[in-house]
Amino acid sequence: MTVTRASAPRAAQAATQAISAAGLRKSYGDKVVLDGIDLSVPQGTVFSLLGPNGAGKTTAVKILSTLITADVGELSVGGHDLAADPQAVRAAIGVTGQFSAVDGLITGEENMLLMADLHHLSRREGRRVAAELLERFDLVEAAKKPAAGYSGGMKRRLDIAMTLVGGPRIIFLDEPTTGLDPRSRHTMWGIVRELVADGVTVFLTTQYLEEADELADRIAVLHDGKIAAEGSAEELKRIVPGGHVKLRFTDPDGYRSAASALRDAARDDEALALRIPSDGSQRELRSILDWLDSAGIEADELTVHTPDLDDVFFALTESAAAPARNNQPKEAVR
Amino acid sequence: MSSLTLAVRDTNTMLRRNLLHARRYPSLTLNLLLTPVMLLLLFVYIFGDVMSAGIGGAGADRSAYIAYIVPGLLLLTIGSTVVGTAVSVSNDMTEGIIARFRTMAIHRSSVLVGHVVGSVLQSVLSVVVVGAVGVAIGFRSTDATVLEWLAAFGLLVLFSAALTWVAVGMGLISPTAEAASNNALPMVLLPMLSSAFIPVETMPGWFRPIAEYQPFTPAIETLRGLLLGTEIGHNGWLAVGWSVGLVVLGYFWATAKFAQDPR
Repeated sequence: MTVTRASAPRAAQAATQAISAAGLRKSYGDKVVLDGIDLSVPQGTVFSLLGPNGAGKTTAVKILSTLITADVGELSVGGHDLAADPQAVRAAIGVTGQFSAVDGLITGEENMLLMADLHHLSRREGRRVAAELLERFDLVEAAKKPAAGYSGGMKRRLDIAMTLVGGPRIIFLDEPTTGLDPRSRHTMWGIVRELVADGVTVFLTTQYLEEADELADRIAVLHDGKIAAEGSAEELKRIVPGGHVKLRFTDPDGYRSAASALRDAARDDEALALRIPSDGSQRELRSILDWLDSAGIEADELTVHTPDLDDVFFALTESAAAPARNNQPKEAVR
Repeated sequence: MSSLTLAVRDTNTMLRRNLLHARRYPSLTLNLLLTPVMLLLLFVYIFGDVMSAGIGGAGADRSAYIAYIVPGLLLLTIGSTVVGTAVSVSNDMTEGIIARFRTMAIHRSSVLVGHVVGSVLQSVLSVVVVGAVGVAIGFRSTDATVLEWLAAFGLLVLFSAALTWVAVGMGLISPTAEAASNNALPMVLLPMLSSAFIPVETMPGWFRPIAEYQPFTPAIETLRGLLLGTEIGHNGWLAVGWSVGLVVLGYFWATAKFAQDPR
């Protein structure tokens, strides 16, 4: 495995990092949410915290963005110690939470001007920044309407526009695309890329491997309050054994003869399907096809499956407990 | 900018936000005004003849009862308005925007102070409306001097601030708007159990302590004295004491609650 485990950031290293955490712990009563997390995010990069619901992603964002306090941990954001000087951290960051942080009772434009006032911009400057961001996020038409009536995608865009009013250098985005339609999701990705191009550091949480893959320089997988693995998207995918080619048959006889010919394949007798481990590359695919032809096997359907978040999690959390998993048929409905 | 200037500026911003809410969605404010106005009309026109016989002195008529009841209803108006404060604070805390405020480099207590100042302004406005209804049905202040008018106004503002801070605390501990409305119920119940509608002396003996040892009765008696020239006695100091005490208590309670990690 080439995955680099997160190493505890040293104090000297913390100074050059936009965000660093060492030994971060948080529990609510008996429930341990974060169980000793080490992170470091260099300036101007995108860091993605990947994990399922309830993994502790939001808690991590809430702590790093000063919303709630950690039980234990040396935490520094924007060069400021979180415990000692939260107000300096707040001045450096922008946060877009999972649940929209817009004031629904007032209009989009009023929300923007509210932010401008709270960043102590002059009236003229505030109006200019608000107008500019409303334009950039395609909200000019809706600007005079109450934000409560906005669609999910519009609310997220307004949310991010509000976050950008103060020109933060470090931005936390907590599941920015959850619940968005594909078009809005791609718009959001474009926004994140623009921010990074401007040198902004982005801390992103997501449940989607694809999203982390698209955006992040580094990804940490959060599981049971711990970082299960950390690395680039490529590094993470390499440890995932979930990639395979699936052959589906309609004729039971055809299935049986193929199954006996393909001894390496995992069988799913109910679905009449065979799974052949594969990384999905063109070369491997061709050799599989050639081999099927020579063996005279004709499947009714052939699909290529690449690793997804489920696979990453099973790989990272069950590799010790269930090494045989790859040989057992596990059919997810796709 | 000094930190005080920033605090004032942030508070002003929060106040404008709350006033914008109140202006754009006036139904809550209007609903809360309905209670004191209905009570005023009910007690004067339906119960008025009976009630006036009860407030003592032969020859007491409905106009005497109007004079008696209006000061009490002005303070009940404040109690009614701050129920709305508890509800809107509770509502506000469930909004994501408050989480956003908490992660911004703004003066921390500006969120609460903005609510308090907005609510006190609303209370005063509501008192003016109910007072105008009182005047329309025949309430007249007898020989109150300018100083007494100013003192009456000061008392109303101070009392509003006291009830508002407590209501903000109630709003902060309430998970839902319904809970906030329930928790703030004493704000409209206490004036009912005070000397607002009948003199304490006419109440059954066992009940009198309930009417006497609570903030509304001394405040009402003081306001009566200022507007109508009745005896104030020790009620003036009691009213100021209750108000200042509740402001301090409510302030520390609410800011401590707000400083805790959000739910």
